[in-house]
Amino acid sequence: MTKPVNEAAVVFLSRSANEGFARATAACFAAQLDPTLDEVNDIKTAVSEAVTNCIVHAYPDCIGKVSMRLRLFGDNTLEIVVKDWGVGIEDVAQARQPLYTTGDETRSGMGFTIMESFMDGVKVRSAPGKGTTVTLRRRVSLRVGGGA
Amino acid sequence: MAVTCTGENRVLRAVVSGEVDHHGAKQIMGELERSINAALPRSLTLDLGEVSFMDSSGIAVILRAYRRLGELGGELKVCNIPEQAGKVLRAAGVDRLVSFE
Ligand SMILES: Nc1ncnc2c1ncn2[C@@H]1O[C@H](COP(=O)(O)OP(=O)(O)OP(=O)(O)O)[C@@H](O)[C@H]1O
Ligand SMILES: [Mg+2]
Repeated sequence: MTKPVNEAAVVFLSRSANEGFARATAACFAAQLDPTLDEVNDIKTAVSEAVTNCIVHAYPDCIGKVSMRLRLFGDNTLEIVVKDWGVGIEDVAQARQPLYTTGDETRSGMGFTIMESFMDGVKVRSAPGKGTTVTLRRRVSLRVGGGA
Repeated sequence: MAVTCTGENRVLRAVVSGEVDHHGAKQIMGELERSINAALPRSLTLDLGEVSFMDSSGIAVILRAYRRLGELGGELKVCNIPEQAGKVLRAAGVDRLVSFE
């Protein structure tokens, strides 16, 4: 793979207050691509889903660490890697099915479906007891006359 | 207050405001539940005009209200849906279940 043009990373605790922090951080990093408001909203939504999963599912009875790495490539692609060291997922294909949830009535089982429909690529790697890594990729449109 | 309710004669309007993520949804769900239990509405309109962000946590909030209204023999409508929230709700197919206006 080609080298990223820019890169940043944050690590935070699996507290729900950090959902907004992660969204804002990703939006801020993405701003250098001069995205449209719709593109920023898509990125924030997908990040919110990935990070919320770490907070809700990865660490069900404790507070753990979540990392988010943001990378920018020359073809205007943004890559966001959200990683936890929590319980992991037994069957990733099943977890990605619409409506599949192991959560309570406050979950709808649509998180992965939303990530998939808002991003160009979603990769999930997970091992039970070890943790989960979700890689989101989104190409941001080049605007005519925009950017420097 | 994340939810502001107005109405009479079992016709309720609830204006939801702020970020409807996992962090905010618990309070919203609780406030909405209390208003529904107090008013026992036969019609509930959820006004999303003041929502600044919504993710899948909002889907559960709306589906819960939909089920509660069903139990009460009432109808749920969702209105003033911001662009971002609308995209989330449509991606999840909520528009096929609940009427949007
Ligand atoms: N980081 C994670 N660690 C452990 N399990 C996970 C993780 N992410 C997802 N899962 C599992 O995959 C399932 C599906 O995730 P998805 O985000 O699609 O739905 P949900 O989180 O259950 O509900 P929603 O996102 O609609 O609130 C979860 O219920 C959980 O079992
Ligand atoms: Mg989820």
